[in-house]
Amino acid sequence: MMRLEARVQNSPFWTYFSPVLAVILTVITGFFLFAALGQPPVETLYIFFIEPISDWYGLTELIVKTIPILLCAYGLALCFRASIWNIGAEGQLLIGGICATAVAVQFVDSSSFLAMPLTIVAGMIGGMAWAGITAFMKLRLNTNETLVTIMMNYIALNVLLWSVHGPLKDPNGYNFPESALFGESTLLPILVEDTRLHLGLLFVLLAFAATWTFMSKTFAGFQIQVLGLDPSAAKMAGYKQHKLIAMVLLVSGALAGLAGASEVAGPIGQLVPQISPGFGYAAIIVAFLGRLHPVGITLAGLLMGLIYMGGEMAQIEAGLPNSITGIFQGLMLFYLLSCDVIIRYRVRLYRPKFLTPSKISAQIQE
Amino acid sequence: MDLDLITNILYATIRTGTPLLLVALGEMVCEKSGVLNLGQEGMMLLGAVAGFIAMYHCDSLFIGFAVAALTGVLISLLFGFIALNLNASQVATGLALTIFGTGLSAFLGADYEGKTVEALPELALGALKDIPLIGKPLFAQDAIVYFSWVLVVVVYLFFKHHRGGLAIRAAGENPEVGSSLGLPVMRIRYLAVMFGGACAGLAGGYLSMAYTPLWTENMTAGRGWIALALVVFASWRIERVMLGAYLFGFASIMHLVAQGLGLSIDSNLLAMLPYVATLVVLVMLSKDKERLKLFEPMSLAKPWHRNN
Amino acid sequence: MNKENRVMMKGMTKQYPGCKANDGINLNIKHKEIHALLGENGAGKSTLIKTLYGVVKPDQGEIFWNGRLVDIKDPAAARALGIGMVFQHFSLFETLTITENIALALGEQAGHPNTLARRIKETSERYGMPLSPERRVSSLSTGERQRVEIVRCLLLDIQLLILDEPTSVLTPQEVDQLFKTLRTLKKEGCSVLFISHKLHEVTDICDSATILRAGKVSGHCIPKEETPASIARMMVGDDTPISNETRRAEGSGVFLSVDNLSIKAEAMFDIPLKNINLTVKKGEIVGIAGVAGNGQEELLKALSGEETQKHGNSIKFAQQVVDGMSPLKRRRLGMALVPEDRLGRGAVPTMDLCENTLLTSFDHGLVNRGFLNKNKIVALADKIIAKYKVKTAGNHAHAASLSGGNLQKFIIGREVEQQPKFLLMSHPTWGVDIGAQVAIHKAILNLRDQGCAILIISEDLDELYKVSDRLGAICDGKLSPFLPTDELPLPQLGQWMAGDFADDDTQGVTPSPKGATHS
Repeated sequence: MMRLEARVQNSPFWTYFSPVLAVILTVITGFFLFAALGQPPVETLYIFFIEPISDWYGLTELIVKTIPILLCAYGLALCFRASIWNIGAEGQLLIGGICATAVAVQFVDSSSFLAMPLTIVAGMIGGMAWAGITAFMKLRLNTNETLVTIMMNYIALNVLLWSVHGPLKDPNGYNFPESALFGESTLLPILVEDTRLHLGLLFVLLAFAATWTFMSKTFAGFQIQVLGLDPSAAKMAGYKQHKLIAMVLLVSGALAGLAGASEVAGPIGQLVPQISPGFGYAAIIVAFLGRLHPVGITLAGLLMGLIYMGGEMAQIEAGLPNSITGIFQGLMLFYLLSCDVIIRYRVRLYRPKFLTPSKISAQIQE
Repeated sequence: MDLDLITNILYATIRTGTPLLLVALGEMVCEKSGVLNLGQEGMMLLGAVAGFIAMYHCDSLFIGFAVAALTGVLISLLFGFIALNLNASQVATGLALTIFGTGLSAFLGADYEGKTVEALPELALGALKDIPLIGKPLFAQDAIVYFSWVLVVVVYLFFKHHRGGLAIRAAGENPEVGSSLGLPVMRIRYLAVMFGGACAGLAGGYLSMAYTPLWTENMTAGRGWIALALVVFASWRIERVMLGAYLFGFASIMHLVAQGLGLSIDSNLLAMLPYVATLVVLVMLSKDKERLKLFEPMSLAKPWHRNN
Repeated sequence: MNKENRVMMKGMTKQYPGCKANDGINLNIKHKEIHALLGENGAGKSTLIKTLYGVVKPDQGEIFWNGRLVDIKDPAAARALGIGMVFQHFSLFETLTITENIALALGEQAGHPNTLARRIKETSERYGMPLSPERRVSSLSTGERQRVEIVRCLLLDIQLLILDEPTSVLTPQEVDQLFKTLRTLKKEGCSVLFISHKLHEVTDICDSATILRAGKVSGHCIPKEETPASIARMMVGDDTPISNETRRAEGSGVFLSVDNLSIKAEAMFDIPLKNINLTVKKGEIVGIAGVAGNGQEELLKALSGEETQKHGNSIKFAQQVVDGMSPLKRRRLGMALVPEDRLGRGAVPTMDLCENTLLTSFDHGLVNRGFLNKNKIVALADKIIAKYKVKTAGNHAHAASLSGGNLQKFIIGREVEQQPKFLLMSHPTWGVDIGAQVAIHKAILNLRDQGCAILIISEDLDELYKVSDRLGAICDGKLSPFLPTDELPLPQLGQWMAGDFADDDTQGVTPSPKGATHS
């Protein structure tokens, strides 16, 4: 049996070690999962976690995969710190991609130096506007942001499907549900030759620096944390709650929109129905696994990117379904939530009374 | 618009609303005990795939639906352990459950993608089904639809007259007081969560074995989330849950209506309707924050752990 | 075994992480006696009685019930023995009716459900505290809720009734009624364990007393043979100063003025404020007494700006209308605020003392163009900790790790250091040990002498009489007149707390039936 005893103060050690433990447990579970599926577990784990990044190209691919996840996760971390349950990064990312495409297709044959920046800005504005709807609904209409952002995700997905079947469909595309391929001037420049590593990395670095500074050095960042930990205290102290909430939602929307724009103008190069394999949802896990801190998020984001690559690799080399990625994601979040119990409580394991030898002897003596 | 069309729309509305009714009913009971389980979508998907696989191999609808409900219960126990025993955030645990359920169901169903089974047959109630207009919608449905009605009545009576219903409400209002009075709050909450799991599993099974009847990845398409909104919409009252489920069922078959009216609207746009309708409903309900609070279980989603 | 005792607890010990709540405590309660359990907050009273009622499991110790060794493993077992308990925080569900509450709490012991309502009515009337069983708890006053708790115990043939600080939520008149009920019970053969720290009540009604200090028994006495001072000495020990002299002041120049403030109830359980008129001068302390839930919270929020009225012009800070101003703007006009809830409103539990310093002191040089000046924040936190003698592991301790009294000293220190022109406080020494109480009162009086206008809303009449220069009461959202403290006798204040004061200018306001029933 198990009993929880509240700690006097949260354990700082476990605050940082709990995510590591969660990852270790996920890998161990993976071991047994692969074994159960009749795969050689060690080898499959190698295929999943090591092989994808065993060479230079693999490493750059990892970063490419991680870029959209991190952009979403930094923004989400701001929201989660304010206890705003924005689950809508996925939808904001999709709308960002759509808006970016709407601009990009105007420049298919143009070599204007404005093409790329305008495309990116359009994506950011799109994502921000999409999150803005949530902000408006939360602050003016009192609706619960969790349900709103989820619904907005489904709506965004349908907008995407409608776009690629309708207004943004490539007129010369043999009726495939895709936009035209973007022009050279619209695509994000490649940073390292012979790889797909693109300018998005710079966006990530900027977002990393900005969120870190904001969270740990500014009063607004402090206010957001107070708001998240203790709304009554924020109110008592006189913080402007509406402005803070609107700010974190808009910033995270813009970052998710940027992620979407970077995908369509980066590795994909056009708008397709599957621009995101759930990056926006993965970013939620990354934000939590990274303890809502930019450094942790960056590490967690790389791990998440690796899981995506591992899933693809396992599909190719071991014939496992790609959906194993989703299982790992879910497991990791479960383990994290479970491990986090150690931060607040001491876990005492004890055997049920009737099994304790000392008790039995004590009773005999009586 | 002719009578036949209206009859068919009513019939389809009830069929489409049934899975929503089941999930929302389960979630309502769960929330009344003070537990918010955002994992409905994941539990539905797992119920759908497990039921489908069982049905596919055993060719027994009873086994199929039993497996679907049981899967829901089992997976809800995982939620219960993390959210209730380990005291993790209910919101985060529910999200994890949805992500996990989505992944696991896709994984389990990978070999069954796009396959079909024979749908749950309709069970016409004698001559009643020949009543014009309402005969077919009310008396020529399948067994699960009737079961959902029975369940509605049972849950209604349970909360109205049974001490257990009182205990669930008490656990949802103030677990601390409940525990100090000797109520087994943890057990009450677990049972409520498990009931929610069974309902969600059954609802998933309904989609894969009666409504479509086939398995595709992510086939619930947000119904679990819509059900969550439905519970709020219904202000935790069962008769309104039923009404809401059918309203949303109606919103989901608007393409049928549009066809009937001879309108041509892009199907992708029409597919947004249930989600947009959910948003509209949420906005309408939330205008009066205080009124909403009146009905919301007072300890909803607040972690609680008995200490000493 | 000694048959003379209803209950005998021997060597009760309970260790919690970080503190030994009970350390070898012995407690004897005789048949037909009202026994007082006295002690400061944190002395171990709650733990001891929770052990007796089966809520807390002791590490060591034996309990004898009517001379027989018993193992009380849960509240149901305690009830089965004949022990009833009324907690300080009521164990009632707001959304259920009185009957439903009692049915749920007593389970099988409630008897047949069809007759329960009738029995509730009969029992409540027999002991002079009538109740309507079909009413929802949310519609009951605090006093009525306590009656439900007591009736719930009396429905079971009990031999011992435990009351945890029962009078702290009652008006003086309601206290008298409660004491009548207790005397009736005693006459019928029931023992009563009465937990309190109000010494005059104890000398009034209790036959004997056990006094706890720091988890141990520090003395026994017959209250009628002692003076409040001698009992107090047993409670706090020899090294804590008890008395502090009170210096009254008059103040000059109005800082806060409230004219005809009326606010409708926002939520279901809110109390509407009716025609509030109030002034607080610079350099005076005004006290507002009242039983909880009579509009104190609403008044505090209206004054602090946590609830604003966009178009109002009733509240003025130094002649300036502030009705529509946010708490931030009001702070910038010189307001400081000490709310009732220390953890979760006055301080963020999981933030450290530096961060909690910044929480409200941000306007005092700690922030430079939006960036935090960490050195200054730490310096101010250290200053508050040192100057107000906050006992803590250091400036990096979380607020939640401090004891109530120390956290309150920190919060008050934080607000006082902002040199406010107007300090608004709610229950400043609620649940605080006497040592901290003295320190807090001293800080408040000093601030007043520097010319700050101070408004204290409290349920603790002793405290209000000690520090207030003028005193009044709030009942059902209405304010009584105010009188200089020394000219206001306690019985009159009690009547005001029960709503018995003339409404001079109630034009447009319907008189409340609730206020009338109390008088």
